[in-house]
Amino acid sequence: MQTSRAPGVAFIFKKALISALVALVLFSLMIGVRTEAGSDGQLTYWTRFGDLAMMVATVFGGSIVVELLRQWWGPVGTVRVVPPQVTSALSFAGRLVAPVLLIFTFLVPVIFYNERYILDLGILVLTYVMLGWGLNVVVGLAGLLDLGYVAFYAVGAYSYALLATNFGLSFWICLPLAGILAAFWGVLLGFPVLRLRGDYLAIVTLAFGEIIRLVLLNWQSLTGGPNGVTGIPRPTMFGIPLSPGDDGLAAKLGIEFSPTHRIVFLFYLILALALLTNWVTIRLRRLPIGRAWEALREDEVACRALGINTTTTKLTAFATGAMFGGLAGAFFATRQGFISPESFTFHESALVLAIVVLGGMGSQLGVALAALAMIGGFELFRGLDQYRMLVFGMAMVLLMIWRPRGLIGHRAPTVFLERNQAISSDLVKEGHG
Amino acid sequence: MSADQILDHILSVDHLSMRFGGIVAVNDLSFGAERRKITALIGPNGAGKTTVFNCITGFYKPTSGSMRLAHDDGHNIQLERLNDFRISKQAKVARTFQNIRLFPGMTALENLMVAQHNALMRASGLTLLGLIGAPSWRVAEKAAIDLARTWLERIDLLDRADDAAGNLPYGDQRRLEIARAMCTEPALLCLDEPAAGLNARESASLSELLLSIRANQGTSILLIEHDMSVVMEISDHVVVMDYGVKIAEGTPQHVRDDPRVIAAYLGADEEEAIAVMESGT
Amino acid sequence: MDYFAQQLINGLVLGSIYGLIAIGYTMVYGIVGMINFAHGDIFMIGGFIALITFLILVSFGLTAIPLILLVVLLVSMAITALYGWTVERIAYRPLRHSFRLAPMLSAIGMSFVLTNYSQVAQGARVKPVPPIITGGYTLHEGSGGFVVQLSNIQIIVVITTVVLLALFTWLVSSTRLGRDMRACEQDQTMASLLGVDVDRTISMTFVIGAALAAVAGMMYLLYYGLVDFFMGFVAGIKAFTAAVLGGIGSLPGAMLGGLLIGLIETLWSAYFSVEYKDVAAFSILIVVLIFLPTGLLGRPEVEKV
Repeated sequence: MQTSRAPGVAFIFKKALISALVALVLFSLMIGVRTEAGSDGQLTYWTRFGDLAMMVATVFGGSIVVELLRQWWGPVGTVRVVPPQVTSALSFAGRLVAPVLLIFTFLVPVIFYNERYILDLGILVLTYVMLGWGLNVVVGLAGLLDLGYVAFYAVGAYSYALLATNFGLSFWICLPLAGILAAFWGVLLGFPVLRLRGDYLAIVTLAFGEIIRLVLLNWQSLTGGPNGVTGIPRPTMFGIPLSPGDDGLAAKLGIEFSPTHRIVFLFYLILALALLTNWVTIRLRRLPIGRAWEALREDEVACRALGINTTTTKLTAFATGAMFGGLAGAFFATRQGFISPESFTFHESALVLAIVVLGGMGSQLGVALAALAMIGGFELFRGLDQYRMLVFGMAMVLLMIWRPRGLIGHRAPTVFLERNQAISSDLVKEGHG
Repeated sequence: MSADQILDHILSVDHLSMRFGGIVAVNDLSFGAERRKITALIGPNGAGKTTVFNCITGFYKPTSGSMRLAHDDGHNIQLERLNDFRISKQAKVARTFQNIRLFPGMTALENLMVAQHNALMRASGLTLLGLIGAPSWRVAEKAAIDLARTWLERIDLLDRADDAAGNLPYGDQRRLEIARAMCTEPALLCLDEPAAGLNARESASLSELLLSIRANQGTSILLIEHDMSVVMEISDHVVVMDYGVKIAEGTPQHVRDDPRVIAAYLGADEEEAIAVMESGT
Repeated sequence: MDYFAQQLINGLVLGSIYGLIAIGYTMVYGIVGMINFAHGDIFMIGGFIALITFLILVSFGLTAIPLILLVVLLVSMAITALYGWTVERIAYRPLRHSFRLAPMLSAIGMSFVLTNYSQVAQGARVKPVPPIITGGYTLHEGSGGFVVQLSNIQIIVVITTVVLLALFTWLVSSTRLGRDMRACEQDQTMASLLGVDVDRTISMTFVIGAALAAVAGMMYLLYYGLVDFFMGFVAGIKAFTAAVLGGIGSLPGAMLGGLLIGLIETLWSAYFSVEYKDVAAFSILIVVLIFLPTGLLGRPEVEKV
C-alpha cells in the first residue's frame, strides 16, 4: 500500500497511445490493405481503412483496460495472504477433484446418452488426456523435450489401419502390436539421439515427426499417400461387432440396435486405455525406473555418479511414452475409420506438449484438467471458425504468462516416511534433455 | 613405490596425466589410497585435485596413466577402462560434488532411494515384478526404505525425511549427499570438499560422520579438502598437489612440516598457508 | 556436369534465403537461449509486407525497378522489425526468467497467432506476383543443349545476402550494440551490472533478426513469385534445422547450415525425388548431430562437474 500509488491518468493514456501507434504501423499494410488474386491470376488490392481504424481503436482501448486491470490487481508476484481456513478448505477440495472427476467421467455416457455431440467431445478429450499422460512420462518425468510425439501417435494409427485392412487382424490383436511398434520406433529414434541435450533434442524429435509424416504422405503404395487409409474396421466387443446385423451385440443381448452403442463403447474403451496409462505411470513412478526418470530430470550428472545408466533410463522413458502414443493412435484409427497424414502434423505435437506443460509438468491430474480445458476450450471456439487458431494461439501465450509452471504447481513424492507432503514446483527442475 | 607392495591400497593411481588442449591439469601423478583409511588430497586452488577426482570417477578420460581399484575379495578393476555410470555400478566408487548435486525437487528419502537404483532394479525384476507388485519386490522395497532410514538417522535428518532436498539447510545437504553416496554401498567413497561452507560445529559433526563411516562400514575414503582442521583431524594419509604434480605425501604431521607444502601454499594464498601452519599448533 | 552446376547455383540461392532466416534463430538462441518458434512466421509476414508494398507502389505508377526494390526492402524490413519487437514484448519478455518450456510454448502459440492472423487478414489463397526481375546470363552452353543459367534474381539474392552478412558481422563485432549483445550472451546479470541495458539489447536482437527475416521473405517473393500464409512453418523449420546444423549460437554456422540445407534440398530434388527432399534435409540433420552433437561450428558443451 505504501509504495508507488497507481500511476496517473496521463501515464495510462500515454501508454495506450504508444500501443495504438505500434498497432497502426503493424496493421497498416496487413489489415489496411487486402490483396487477392483475380480470376485472371492478376493480383489486385483494395483498402480497408475502416477495419484498420477499428483494430487500432481496439488496441488503444484494450491497452487502457489492461493497464487498469493491472493496477487493480497490483504488481505481479504480490503475495496474497490467504486465511489458513481457506487454504485447508482448498486443499480438501483439491483432494476431491480427482475422484469427482473420475466418477463424473464414468457417468458421462449415462447422463448424456442422447447427446451425441457431447459423447464425441468426451472421446476426443479422453484421447488427448491419454496422449498428455503418455507424453508426460517423457517430458514431465524424465525431462526430455519431445516435439515429435505425434510420430508415435501416427505409427500406432497406421499400424492398426494397415494390419487390419491388409491382414484382417482384429483390433484387440492390433492394439498391443501398435503399442509395441510405437515403442520400437521410440527406441529406434531414441538410441542415437538421446545423448543430445536440450534444444538439439527438441529439433531432432521435431524433425523425426516431420520425417514420419512425409513418409506417410509420399509412400503411396503402402499408406495411400494423402488419401490415407479408408475402411478401417470398427472395434468389436471381443469379437462381437457393434452392428445392426443378427450377429451384432444388440441382437445378442436382445435389445434394439442403436448407433449410440458404438459411441458409448468407444467412450469406455478410451477411458479404459487412459486409465491404464495413468495406472501404469503412477506405478512406474514408485518403481526404481520411475524414480530414475525423475532423478534424471533433476540432475543427470548426479545420476551417473550413482551408477544409473542414463542412456537406458532415457530410452525406457522414450519407449514408454511412445507406447502410450501408439495405443492412442490405434484407438484414433478405429474410431475414425479413416486416417490420413493430415491428422499427424506438428500442431498435434504442439497441442499435446501444451497440455503437458499447462498441466504442470509431471502432474497426472493437472494434465487431465489441461486436456479438458484446451480441447474443451478449442471446441467452445468452434463458432469462431477461422479465428479459432488465432484465439487458441493467444490463449496459449496468455496461459503461459499467467502460469508458467502449469495448473498444478507441485510435485507429489513417490515415497514417504511420515508426511506425504507436496513439493513446491519452484524446487523441481525441468531437465536439460 | 616400494610402499605400494607393503601397504594394502584399495586405489592405486599410477602416472596419471590429464591434458585439456595445451593445458596440463594433472601431470604424471602417482599415489595410493589405503584400504579402510581416510586419504586426503590437498593443494592450493587450481592444483588439479578435482580433475583427479573426475578421472577416478569416470567423468573424464585420462590422457594417460592407470587407476587400479583392488576390491576386498581380491579382484582388480582398471578404472580408466570403465566409463561414467559403470564406475559406481561395477567398481563401487561413489562420489560427492564440490557444488552439491542433490535432486532438489525430490525428498531426502527419495534421494536415498534413487541411490539404491541398481539394487532395486534387480529386485523389481527390471520393473516387471514391481509393476505387478510381486511380494519379493515389496520386501526389497521395504529393505531399501529401512536402509535409507538408517542413514537418515545417522546424519540426523530423520525428521526431515519427507522434505524436499532443495529446502534443507546447506550443512544438511552436504551430509545428505554423503549419505546418498553411501547408499550405493561403495568400496571407495570420494568426497570433493565436504566441509566447504560449513561452520565449525558442522565441520566437527562431519568429521565424526566420516570417522564413523570408516569404523562401521569399513569404507575407504578419499577426500579433497581445504579445511585443514578437518584434514588434520581425520586423515590417515595426506597427498599434496600443486600445479598438477604431487609435491609431498605422508602423515598429516609429516606433510604439515614439509617446507615444500608451506611454500606451495604461501605462493598461492597466504591465508591458506597460515591455516596449514596453525592447524598443528 | 552442367546439370550439376545449375543445381549448385539453385541450391546456393535457396541456401542464402535459409541462412538469412537462420541467423535470426541463432541470434535469439544465443542471447536468450530459447527457440523462437514464431520466427518462421515473421519471415512469412515479411514476404506479405513486401508483396503489399510492391503492389501499392506499382499501382501508383512507379516503374523504376531499382527504386521499387529499395523502397519495398526498406518498408518490409521496418514493419517486420516492429513485428519482431512486438512479439518479444508480448510473448517472451514476461517469461524471461521463467521455466525453460514456458517461453517455448508461448513462442509456439505466437506462431499460431501470426499464421492465422495473416490467413484472416489476407485470405488463405496463394498470392502470385508476376516476375519482377527477369533476364540473366548464360554461363555455359553444354554440348547436349543444356544451358547453365544465372538469372538476375539469383544474383540479387546472393549479393543482398553477402552485403547484409558483411553489414551484420560488422554490427556484431564493431559496434556498441554488438558488444552489448555479446555481453548479454555471456552473462545477463553481469552485463546489466556493468551498465548494459539488457531489455533494450534483447529487443534489438529480435528487431535485427526480424529485419533479416524480412529480407529473406522479400527474396523468397522475388525468387518464387508467390507468398502464402503457411510458408513460414516449413521455411522456419528448415531454417532452424540450418541453425542447429551449423551449431546454434554461431553466426557463420547459421549461414553455413543454411547453404548446406539449400544444397541438400536442391540436389536431392534434382537427383532423387522431390517428394523426399525434406526427409533428406532432416535425416542429414539427425546424422550430423549424432556425430557432432553441437553442430558443425558450435562450441562443444563442456560439462562442469
